[in-house]
Amino acid sequence: MSYILSEEEQMLRDSAQAFLAEKSPVSELRRLRDEGCKDGFRHAIWKDMADMGWNGIVIPEEYGGVDMGFTAAGLILQEMGRTLAATPFLASSVLCATALRYGGTEGQKSEHLPKIASGEKVYALAVDEKARHDASHIETRARKDGNGFRLSGQKRHVVCGNGADMLIVAARMDDDSIGLFLVDPETSGVERTLRRSVDSHAPANIHFDDVKLDGDALLSETEDGSALLDLVLDSGRACLAAEQLGIAEEAFSRTLDYIKEREQFGQKIGSFQSLQHRAAHLLTEVEMTQSLVIKALRQLDEAPSQAPLWIAAAKAKATRVSRLSSAEAIQMHGGVGMTDEYEIGFFYKRAQAAGEFLGDDAWGAGRVAELSGY
Amino acid sequence: MSDLESFRNDVRDWLEANCPDSMRKPMKSEKDICWGGKRFEFSSGDQKAWLERMAEKGWTCPSWPKEYGGGGLSKDEAQILKEEMERIKARPPLISFGIWMLGPALLKYGSEEQKRHYLPQITRGEIRWAQGYSEPGAGSDLAALRTKGDDKGDHWVVNGQKVWTSYADECDWIFALVRTEPDAPKHLGISFLLIDMEWDGVSTKPIKLISGKSPFCETFFDDVKVPKENIVHESGRGWDVAKYLLSHERANIAGGGSGAQMNPVAAAHKSGEVDENGRVADPILRGDIARLTIDALAFETTLQRIKDQADGGQGVGAKASMLKYYGTELNKRRHELNMSALGSDGLLWEGENPEDGDPARGWLRSRANSIEGGTSEIQLNILAKRVLELPGG
Ligand SMILES: Cc1cc2nc3c(=O)[nH]c(=O)nc-3n(C[C@H](O)[C@H](O)[C@H](O)COP(=O)(O)OP(=O)(O)OC[C@H]3O[C@@H](n4cnc5c(N)ncnc54)[C@H](O)[C@@H]3O)c2cc1C
Ligand SMILES: Cc1cc2nc3c(=O)[nH]c(=O)nc-3n(C[C@H](O)[C@H](O)[C@H](O)COP(=O)(O)OP(=O)(O)OC[C@H]3O[C@@H](n4cnc5c(N)ncnc54)[C@H](O)[C@@H]3O)c2cc1C
Repeated sequence: MSYILSEEEQMLRDSAQAFLAEKSPVSELRRLRDEGCKDGFRHAIWKDMADMGWNGIVIPEEYGGVDMGFTAAGLILQEMGRTLAATPFLASSVLCATALRYGGTEGQKSEHLPKIASGEKVYALAVDEKARHDASHIETRARKDGNGFRLSGQKRHVVCGNGADMLIVAARMDDDSIGLFLVDPETSGVERTLRRSVDSHAPANIHFDDVKLDGDALLSETEDGSALLDLVLDSGRACLAAEQLGIAEEAFSRTLDYIKEREQFGQKIGSFQSLQHRAAHLLTEVEMTQSLVIKALRQLDEAPSQAPLWIAAAKAKATRVSRLSSAEAIQMHGGVGMTDEYEIGFFYKRAQAAGEFLGDDAWGAGRVAELSGY
Repeated sequence: MSDLESFRNDVRDWLEANCPDSMRKPMKSEKDICWGGKRFEFSSGDQKAWLERMAEKGWTCPSWPKEYGGGGLSKDEAQILKEEMERIKARPPLISFGIWMLGPALLKYGSEEQKRHYLPQITRGEIRWAQGYSEPGAGSDLAALRTKGDDKGDHWVVNGQKVWTSYADECDWIFALVRTEPDAPKHLGISFLLIDMEWDGVSTKPIKLISGKSPFCETFFDDVKVPKENIVHESGRGWDVAKYLLSHERANIAGGGSGAQMNPVAAAHKSGEVDENGRVADPILRGDIARLTIDALAFETTLQRIKDQADGGQGVGAKASMLKYYGTELNKRRHELNMSALGSDGLLWEGENPEDGDPARGWLRSRANSIEGGTSEIQLNILAKRVLELPGG
């Protein structure tokens, strides 16, 4: 595997950079927040992204996608991290697209994947039930009921959950195995509560009260729903780590610019060794993160059975480093870094939320220990 | 079959036939390292045969040109050789400052004659080199060095003192930084000289380390006559050579950061600090070890990524400082956790077996990683200045 980006990948990254700088700079996130947007993203931008082909980045061509793989998805998310673009990309185009691609029957794939790719519908994945990410803790029940199912339970902080048109819900079946179910949030018995989060996204708590589902709601191409869920979550983690890398890079780069400009004591504050050493340390940490992120993404594309260790490591490292980078950014900006008017605080907030989603650094460390056999 | 595949097969067959069984076992102590040199005593016939066979192929320095005793291998081929050696756990046939410091500097700055003369002696392990950089008054501020060479026409007369010279008492030659132009600015008055340690006026005095061993020395030059042809690069331009060499030294010391030989999990098994499922028993220690694993994976992949970039023509440059900084800090952490996992077993200094004190001695020795070859603070200074282009200082 190569750590170097192919020409095609570089072009994708460049076009993502240009697009996001124009359509979705940090000021756009601020606007969403100040408008009190309930969906947590701008539909027009989501449509534009579909036109660029991004929404179907991991979807096969026969279902309307471009099938460029997870590395490509990660590159887009890395750029989104840089501008803090709030979109359903991770939830819909990575997590749910992967669930359908690897778990859906032919019928499910041809019905749903084109809708994700075209941006017509937004999908969200509902797994967590506890405050901290724990995919092994699933108490939502899908009881067999004739040909269909009855779904009951409570999902917590479903990312993109408030604006989603369709949900994929992890639930325990009668034999205690895990199944993933397509659930229209408008079905009776589904209740969503918007949770405004610190990063100005719009997740939701979702309550399922004896929700009636058809038999074909279950993603049933595979017997092993638990393995499918693992793969789906891991694909999300690897791509989310790329977004975190983008956050870390951008917060660092803005800080560098600032300390090269700001003067105190008659000199640039970037000339003080205490700041220089911390900046150099950050540079090193960001480089380390970059290596793990590209490794995890490439493994996912090229050798998925080897990927889990790298993904856990990448997610853990990217969580720590994006938080460190944005925290140092505030500190080195001094008083202005604490203001809402200045954008650096948005990075710190998003770093906290992205770190929590799908498992933070402590989660990743536990997983690494387990996968390493200690 | 591609050329590389058939190369791999050839390498595999050759190693199978030529690497003695005893050279496929992990090194147990310092004695198992082959440093070469005139005074080196091989610890076994196998160790000697292994060096000679590998040197014959040029594989002690796989990517150096053949005409200088190297293997002439491409990057891909050298990587394959490395992988195949790792596969059978072959020990490095030769480790030396000649290979990872002086050689690269000579390849870049040496005259054709110097390359033909000195490089094959390095690849065959005939001459062991010491590094004469640091002085009592010139550590981090290396360019403040005061060892001087008086110009006597066809030679210099060198006087002064070096310190922290690793293994100087066991070395044959020393490459030394000497101030030959006393009136030039600090960085422009230095020359890079090659000095035979058997010449009159060179003497050494060992210094004991906190790890109880004595691998470094004070080195004294007392009216040592050094012929003019023993200069590498131009007079007064030794700083260029010194810096270039340092980047190789740093990359190499950093490589120690991926050292798999020191494994805190294995240590926990050894001291019995695991539960019935083979997990590290103390959950906080287990977490600390996992965080170390994550950073070690990050470091390993970064080494590879930087190598890939260098292949793609993007150059390593000041990134050596990044690797040196991160790799050595990581290595110190690994030793600390190793000691924690060993508990009181790690405190042993001497015992029945020669390797009994190794964990503690290795742990103590690791403190030097972030000092030798330029301290961590100096690496951060370099990164701040050269990579981040921060002002001042
Ligand atoms: C919430 C809040 C409330 C406040 N309330 C008040 C108030 O009521 N009244 C009031 O007068 N002020 C108040 N302040 C201002 C506060 O005292 C200043 O923000 C603080 O002194 C830092 O100055 P600065 O913001 O200009 O940052 P700068 O001085 O520009 O510092 C930027 C960065 O450079 C670093 N730096 C600067 N000089 C050096 C150096 N020599 N060596 C190493 N690093 C250096 C700093 O540590 C910092 O990380 C408040 C600030 C905040 C955030
Ligand atoms: C085990 C070992 C083997 C060695 N082998 C060799 C050898 O073979 N040949 C050889 O020539 N040398 C060798 N050295 C010497 C080594 O290169 C020096 O020790 C090193 O460069 C530091 O110099 P110093 O010891 O004089 O410390 P100093 O330079 O005095 O540093 C003391 C402390 O001050 C800090 N400091 C200094 N300047 C700055 C600055 N500008 N900014 C911030 N902090 C600063 C340092 O980081 C350090 O923490 C060896 C050292 C060790 C420990």
